[in-house]
Amino acid sequence: MTDATTDPLLAEITGPTPGQLLRRRIFGHQGLLIGGFVVALLVLVAVFAPLLAPHDPYAQSLMARMKPPVFLGGSWDHPLGTDHLGRDYLSRLIYGARVSLLIGLVTAVISGLIGTTMGVCAGYFGGRVDAVVTFLINVRLAMPVVLVALAVVAILGGSLTVMISVLGLLLWDRFAVVLRAATRQVREREYVAAAQAIGASTPRILLAEIMPNIINNLIVVVTLEMAHAILLEAALSFLGLGVQPPTPSWGLMVSEGKNMMLFEPWLVLIPGAVLFVLVLGINLMGDGLRDVAAPENRS
Amino acid sequence: MFQFILKRLGLAILVAFTVSFISFSLLFLAGDPAAALAGETASGEDVEALRELYGFDRPMLVQYGDWLFSAMRGDFGESYYFKLPVASLIFDRLSVTMTLGVCGIAFALLTAVPLGVLAAIRPNSLIDRFALFLSVAGQALPSFWFGLILIVVFSIKLGWLPPSGTATWRHFIMPTIVLGYYAMPAIMRLTRAGMLEVLSSDYIRTARAKGAPEMRVMFKHALRNAIIPVVSLAAVQMGFMLGGSIVVESIFALHGAGYLAWESIGRNDLPTVQALILIFAMFYIVFTFLSDVLNAWLDPRMRSS
Repeated sequence: MTDATTDPLLAEITGPTPGQLLRRRIFGHQGLLIGGFVVALLVLVAVFAPLLAPHDPYAQSLMARMKPPVFLGGSWDHPLGTDHLGRDYLSRLIYGARVSLLIGLVTAVISGLIGTTMGVCAGYFGGRVDAVVTFLINVRLAMPVVLVALAVVAILGGSLTVMISVLGLLLWDRFAVVLRAATRQVREREYVAAAQAIGASTPRILLAEIMPNIINNLIVVVTLEMAHAILLEAALSFLGLGVQPPTPSWGLMVSEGKNMMLFEPWLVLIPGAVLFVLVLGINLMGDGLRDVAAPENRS
Repeated sequence: MFQFILKRLGLAILVAFTVSFISFSLLFLAGDPAAALAGETASGEDVEALRELYGFDRPMLVQYGDWLFSAMRGDFGESYYFKLPVASLIFDRLSVTMTLGVCGIAFALLTAVPLGVLAAIRPNSLIDRFALFLSVAGQALPSFWFGLILIVVFSIKLGWLPPSGTATWRHFIMPTIVLGYYAMPAIMRLTRAGMLEVLSSDYIRTARAKGAPEMRVMFKHALRNAIIPVVSLAAVQMGFMLGGSIVVESIFALHGAGYLAWESIGRNDLPTVQALILIFAMFYIVFTFLSDVLNAWLDPRMRSS
């Protein structure tokens, strides 16, 4: 048997296969490639943090406080310098990737489960279910996220578990809004009607007919909400009511460096820049995935 | 139209009551509010006295009803920290936050709409790419970090602008940029998408065919239709921004309602926090309601949904 990828004559007749088209779209999309590369790199850094970090991120040294980074005249022993407690800045940055990515990922999973369930049910069943979900979305949107998250973290204490739970319970709105709209569109298709006609059960229709056709939208929202959660965690930690010291969080590092910003601006610039690059990478990847998954919707 | 407004109003009121209940129940998240208020060193008698003083011994629903009834008359109780009425505390600070919010949304609209229009007129041009870059960067930029960078550059290095406070209009320049840039990307993308859609429509072709000048086509025919969803998005963003001003106010030490919220959370001043959550939520509810009505008035097709 000859297949289209090896036989040039056959390939000319049949045109590119769907797989080839997809690969072409993925590798032809600059934003997706750059974003994907940045995210993959930082995920690797987070996973292999113990191997990559030159020092213990918690080890303080009063003798080596506020050493400048290499490019500002420091030594290679501390490539990005040390903070006000003499902790190696590069090691803290590397371990900080773990905090950001963990919070982003788990928050997106929790809020994704809540929001997807609500959105799909509202879109598929319509009527009263839709009315209730729309009402809940309205209530959630009216709550000022930063303020509520800050208040809850202040009351319950700023551990990683509390942060993730609070953000997960707050950030489901976009999942619900987007998947409700997507489900409403898919519900009208013939194959859903066909499944209903042959007597497929509702859970089966939702999982086997609806879900595969809205998964594109879901993936895009997952990336956007990951970015959102990472930015919120950093902002809350910056305000002193998120991840608590001595845990290395990028937002917390900016906050700790703030007081010495006048003389050592790099203490603020470095962690903020890394945060910016990670969020930018995730957003580029999300936008790219949307373009690749649904080229007809490109604006 | 009247029916539409009535329906939306009913929904808004229902949402407002639900939010008020949630913000009230936050107080009980800590378990015993009297113990939290008294602190760790307090004796059992002190806690009991506080419990009776603030009425924490009553059923929660009774307390909620009481709080809500007072709140509707503008009485949010007394701040634990300042020992002053919460309502007057917040009222004093609200003008700063409102000023910041209005300046921020004005900045966002004044930059985003022209950029979005230019980007739509010449897709894939240099200006389109620049606009895309600004919006992608804006969505990824941590606002607290952006604010600090502005302070380092414009206050510390160049000495052009004051780093904190509210004394003059110059104090509001950097906070306005930081808060406005947060709302800009969404407005710009919507303007661009709306213009692109409108520009390919039949009535634009008709306007061009009858020989209307290009400027007139752009502004009188195209922008007027493309701007409708942008106006309602701006109203919603305004509601978001007031709630989000807490970060900006804390960086630039603007003593507005957001700053008060941050201080109150740090001090466990729960009546103030509850009132602020409710007030910010009300702003959002009012703004979205107004944007819904505005939308329905400008675009009759929206009234049916």
